[in-house]
Amino acid sequence: MIKVDENGFYGQFGGAYIPEMLYPNIEELRENYELIMESPAFREEFDSLLKDYVGRPTPLFLAKRLSEKYKAKIYLKREDLCHTGAHKINNTVGQIILAKKLNKKRIIAETGAGQHGVATATVCALMGMECTVYMGAVDMERQKPNVERMRILGATVVPANSGSKTLKDATNEAMRQWINNPVDTHYIIGSVVGPHPYPEMVARFQSVISAEMKAQLKEKEGRENPDLVIACVGGGSNAAGAFYHYYNEPSVRLIAVEAAGLGVSSGKSAATTLLGKPGILHGSKTLLMQTEDGQVVEPHSISAGLDYPGIGPVHAHLFESGRGEFVAVEDEHAMQAGIEVSRLEGIIPAIESAHAFSALNQIQYEPTDVIIINLSGRGDKDLDTYIKWGNY
Amino acid sequence: MNRIDELFKQKKERILSIYFTAGFPKLGDTLTIMEAIEAAGADIIEIGVPYSDPIADGPTIQESNNQALKNGMTLKLLFEQLGELREKVSIPVILMGYLNPVVQYGMEAFCKKCREVGIDGLILPDLPMQQYLSEYKEIFDAYDLRNTFLISPQTAEERIRQIDQHTDGFIYMVSSASITGAKKEITPEQLAYFERVKAMKLNNPRLIGFGISDKPSFQTASAHSHGAIIGSAFINVLRESTDLKKDINEYIQGILS
Repeated sequence: MIKVDENGFYGQFGGAYIPEMLYPNIEELRENYELIMESPAFREEFDSLLKDYVGRPTPLFLAKRLSEKYKAKIYLKREDLCHTGAHKINNTVGQIILAKKLNKKRIIAETGAGQHGVATATVCALMGMECTVYMGAVDMERQKPNVERMRILGATVVPANSGSKTLKDATNEAMRQWINNPVDTHYIIGSVVGPHPYPEMVARFQSVISAEMKAQLKEKEGRENPDLVIACVGGGSNAAGAFYHYYNEPSVRLIAVEAAGLGVSSGKSAATTLLGKPGILHGSKTLLMQTEDGQVVEPHSISAGLDYPGIGPVHAHLFESGRGEFVAVEDEHAMQAGIEVSRLEGIIPAIESAHAFSALNQIQYEPTDVIIINLSGRGDKDLDTYIKWGNY
Repeated sequence: MNRIDELFKQKKERILSIYFTAGFPKLGDTLTIMEAIEAAGADIIEIGVPYSDPIADGPTIQESNNQALKNGMTLKLLFEQLGELREKVSIPVILMGYLNPVVQYGMEAFCKKCREVGIDGLILPDLPMQQYLSEYKEIFDAYDLRNTFLISPQTAEERIRQIDQHTDGFIYMVSSASITGAKKEITPEQLAYFERVKAMKLNNPRLIGFGISDKPSFQTASAHSHGAIIGSAFINVLRESTDLKKDINEYIQGILS
């Protein structure tokens, strides 16, 4: 069984390794999140916003030409069609309603490529809440359009100037600001990382993805369970959502696709399960890319959304227990897959999602298999990267 | 007897603890800095073990951590440097650091090494009380290491009581809802918090840290507790220093005079 225990552990991974200054905040969340999430008033508001604002349910689309090429029946879960262009908003809608119920006045968030920052700025505008997003100074430079999107939506974007000035450092900075503002502020973490209860809470907000998959596949194929679900993993929120209702269906193979960057042994990679060891970062015990001395190593991926040195604790557990199959895809192969999906299906995927498609070249399956690929986001934000890569 | 116990037995007020980051400003400064801190009259030394992701620290200590790592500091090297510690320094010494480097070293090996070189206590801010009790307390005890927990103005009374029960050595009172770093002055809200905790009559002595930087803030903190901890302001002195011994002496004398 894949299930979080009462202390927030999935097997040996998870927990809440936080300074005492954050204990009251985390305790407040831990005590309340389930009660709030399960209350009828919350469900009603959440479901209604997902439907009318986010545009759910997102379609489950039979990709005929891709199926023909890869000789299997391949469906795409179209999270790219969500408002703001990726699955990230499922979680931010959930957390902003939660923050309101906890009487918080301000929202802070971290962002890497800017997708989670935009999704957070969006719901803050919708709810009329003050929003500050921390973003690595290097990421702000390379993701300018998303910085401006957040500003247009009324958010303040604050550069994180420490360390490598990327997602890891933005997360550090958001945690520091939460320590500095413990009473009126809610921190919307964007992935299934951080101290308990964040990983489980974010996974539950994202679990709408696999809940819809089950219903939609039943309608199309007469069965709820595909043979394989494939999703990319940085921190792992889209994968957690796509796997959630299949964790305990042993006939469904769960394929998690990490970013190998320039190659697993190149020193420029983000393939955490291959390169990491158990360690503690951002409040949870998980697999972590680190030096022998326990210093966190800078990852690399062409996709900013997969550029993280850790992985959600639930994924570390999927890896260790063998329930999940982990594949690492290099930058070059992900880009080729992105172009291929564009040409075969008329969909330009986010480069994160392109990694999931590329995994089809690396795994074994049967021609009779039904495969669902979680198309977590659209490629608009990545046009610059596609153009610079140029090979199309 | 553990040097921390000894100190608090003999001295009940105006205890000064000085924090510095190992490997900063230069890799080999560790023992020089410690000797100077003791010679200047401070009571406790906290050695910060540098980490790539110090989430409870402000810019000053973040930068000293980065510089120390760039200089090549590791836990292994630190223990080598501390081989001669007890020939040079006699006051209590505490290691303060984030959990991950310690866990990678191995908690048992780490505690054993601490004991060998003469470390008296540990402060691991991201080690939760529950994990400490279930996994590590026995090891700490076996090597006679005192463990210090933090409390903040937001810590509930019941939680403070629990922390008091499981702390030995002293309680680290974080002076405000804040990461580390020098502040302007101590506010009435902070004073009320200091007094509230004082009135709880805890078993452990209390030292106040975060935002204590000079003689006035040290005196104010000491008036409401057993003493105070200075970190970022001392790091600033080290960064600007051209003569470590002289500058450390002047700074600490300035606070204690």
